[in-house]
This record gives sequence, structure tokens and C-alpha cells, in this order.
Amino acid sequence: MRRAANNDQQGQTMIGLSTRSNTGLRSAFFAAACALVLGGCAGANPKDPLEGYNRAIFSFNEGVDKFALKPIAQGYEAAVPLPGRTGISNFFGNVGDLWIGVNNLLQGKPVAAVSDLGRVLINSTAGIGGLFDIATEVGLEKHDEDFGQTLGRWGVGNGTYIVWPIIGPRTARDTLGFGVDLFADPVGYLGNVRVRNSLYGTRFVDTRASFLPADKALNEASLDKYAYVRDAYLQRRRSQIYDGRPPRLDDDAAVPGGVLSRGPMEPIDAVSQLVLTRVNGGTAPARAPAVR
Amino acid sequence: MNKLFANLVFTLGVALLPGLAAAQELAPDALVKSVTGDVLQIVRTDKDIQSGNTKRVIELIDQKVLPHFDFMHMTRLAVGRDWRSATPDQQKALAAEFKTLLVRTYANAFTSYKDQSVDFKPFKMQAGETDVLVRSEIKQPGGKPVQLDYNLAKEANGWKVYDVIVAGVSLVTNYREQFGQEVRAGGVDGLVKSLQKRNAELAAGKSAAK
Repeated sequence: MRRAANNDQQGQTMIGLSTRSNTGLRSAFFAAACALVLGGCAGANPKDPLEGYNRAIFSFNEGVDKFALKPIAQGYEAAVPLPGRTGISNFFGNVGDLWIGVNNLLQGKPVAAVSDLGRVLINSTAGIGGLFDIATEVGLEKHDEDFGQTLGRWGVGNGTYIVWPIIGPRTARDTLGFGVDLFADPVGYLGNVRVRNSLYGTRFVDTRASFLPADKALNEASLDKYAYVRDAYLQRRRSQIYDGRPPRLDDDAAVPGGVLSRGPMEPIDAVSQLVLTRVNGGTAPARAPAVR
Repeated sequence: MNKLFANLVFTLGVALLPGLAAAQELAPDALVKSVTGDVLQIVRTDKDIQSGNTKRVIELIDQKVLPHFDFMHMTRLAVGRDWRSATPDQQKALAAEFKTLLVRTYANAFTSYKDQSVDFKPFKMQAGETDVLVRSEIKQPGGKPVQLDYNLAKEANGWKVYDVIVAGVSLVTNYREQFGQEVRAGGVDGLVKSLQKRNAELAAGKSAAK
């Protein structure tokens, strides 16, 4: 637990957004954000200390999305026929697979890493530079990894939830992870600026277009879209860190914290649970009882 | 002739009875598979649904899917701690409104993906287990597969779904913070009112959340 907390703080400090030390700076920044945005944040949420600032950036991002990004993504979907879009998605998927493999290696999953390397080799050659995802067809499944997940696997907690302009939601840990991902992105090393920028742009549009089906559900489902997106983001990241099989958090036991407080300790818990399972000869600790 | 008829009835009866019994004791994965199969079949062939008629989808879900859901359980999980401070009437009202909201969300999740197919992952269950996870994946041409999992609990009248998890996000527990906000602001009745308001807006065709 203590280690998780330390890591948590480290993750925040590294990007200069510590919420525990440096309280003066934080409250000054926070007060400024509040004054600027909401005219006061009475009852700030301890689980989302930047909520006032975050909400402001969130609505800015919503505006940009509504008037620019979404129309562009819709136009792209209308203009480029499905096989073309699939080829483009596959191409960027292939560009990312090597780094996914590195992250699998860093997370202690060498078999998955080898599979990722195999994907790159097959798709770059037989898949004509990545336009076709032959590897999936021959049974090498695509993985979903990034450096933020690797940090999570190592026990680094979420840290503060931050909404960045354009980039969108990230935890402090995932902001750091995102920076490292950018550094490892092959597109960034292209010499030709024009080619590089068009690749960045196309990938952005491709990504946005892939979320179009979720838009309606997201708009209709939420009582408060900001909170819905925040909690969905945090749940999703947690699920990704556990490769889609997070232990179910039951439910009543977790309540005082809710989704947000769940983050930091869990990877550590997973390790200790594994150890316990080994020690106890295969019986996992009992789950907390459900609400009755 | 009469005898033939009697024989026929008897044979039919014998053939049907095990079927009925089996339907009641369907294993959780088989249950989810068969319901998903039925619904997909209809979604693919129904012209109204193809052209985006949400009402028709909701009818379909009402008929085929909802009998296998336990909304009291779902609502209890979504509300969390405050559930115990709600009166039975409030609990019923909450469950009814939450059901309306969830059905719409689920209908959207189900129909936004065109030409989808659903793959089920291998399912194992220990004897005597009463709480299981059935995992599936929505595949669509040109897109990444979307993980779609169901939590089921065994109840007196068969297995019932109590959570749906889309891409790692629980449709049920994702509401806990929002519900908590509403209860802190206006009590349980405040939450009921907010849900009613949201559902009324959606029924009137306004889709944009604030």
C-alpha cells in the first residue's frame, strides 16, 4: 500500500502536478482555474481535485469536437470507402505493433511480445506495408498496450485525473505514459515534415472515426457527461491494465471510494493476490460480499 | 385415426418436455448465446431497425432480452451505499427509471455497429457457482473488436444478467459517482427526479447531455 502511494506521488511529481507536496502552488492554480471557470468550486471532489479546471477543458474539447473533429471524422467516413478505411487503420496498427511488443516485454509477457514482433514481420511483408492485417487472420491476435499500462502493471497508481486540451482525459500516470509513447512513435522520426504531419493528421481522424459509433450512447446514457466520461475512462484503463480481465470490484466494499479511489493500489493487490493464491495452493481470497 | 392422433400428441409432448426443462436450466453462457443470436437475427433482418428506429429496438429488447435481466440487482449496484437509505418504494422507482435509461443505452450499443458478428470466448464454470462472467466480442469489418461481457447471478428462476461491460466499462457501476452526486444534492427523490427528467428528454428526442 505504501509503495503504491509513493509511486502514485512520484507519477504526479514527474510531470510537475504533485497534489500532495507543493500545496500552495496547487491551490493557487486551482483557485485561478475555479475563478476563471466556474466562479468557485464549492465542495471540490477529493477524488477529482482538478474537477473545476477539468470541466472547463472538457467543455472546450466538446466544442472543438462538435464543430471540427466530429464533422471531419464523419466526412472521412463518408468519403473513404470501408476497405480504404480498414487499410488505413491496419497501417497505423502495424506502425504501433512494435512498441506494443516492447511494452508486453516490459510487462513480463514475452510470448505476447514475440507474437507482436511476428505481427509486424507478417503484416509489413505479406500485408503490403501493413495495409492488410494478415497476422490476425493467421491467429496472431492484436494486443492493446501502451507505456501507461506498463507503468500500471509495475504498480504505479493513477494519480490525478487531468483533462488535456484536444488530447482529452489522462491520469497523471497515463500522461507520462503518453509522453513516452510519443517518443517511441515511429511517425515522429520521419524526416519529411509534410509526410509526418499528414500521417499524424490521418491517424487522428482515423481514431476519432473509430469512436463515432459510441457517440450516441455516450450522449444519451449520462446524467452528467463529464462524470460519465471520467469514470468510464478510469474503468477502461483499469481493464486495459489487466488485459481485459480486471477482478470485479465488489461493490459495496468499494463504495466510499467509488471508481476513482479504486485505482492506485490495485496492481499491487493483483501481485499479492497471485502470491496468496500460490501460497494457499490455488484458493483465491474470498470476494467481498455483494450489497444485500 | 384417434389412436394415431393420441400417439402424435404423446410423442410431441415427450419431445417438448425436456426442451422446456432445459430452457429453464440453461447454462449462463448458453443463455447469453441464444438470446444474442435471436436478437442479432432480428436486428439483421428488420428493416425498421436497419433504418435506425430506436423504438423498434427497444421493443425487441423488452421482449427478448429483459426477461433475463435483474434490474433490482443492477440498480442496487449502481446506487451503492445510498441504496440502503432508500425506502422500498423509492427503490422500485429507481429501478424502473434506471431500466428505461439502460435499455436505451444498450440498444444504442447494440445497433450502432453495422454488420457486426458476435464471438463468444471459451466459458468455464465450477459446479455450484452462482456468479459468473460470460465474455464475448463484437466484431465489425474495419474496426477493432469491442469486448462485451455479461455478469450473471443464479436466481430462483434461472440465471439473470446483473451487469453489462462494454470495452471494460461496466454500464452499471459507471453510474455510481453520478448517482452519488444526485443523492448528495437532492436525496434519493432527487435522483429519481433526475432520472425521470433524463428519460423524458430522451423520449422527446433530445439526445444531447449537458
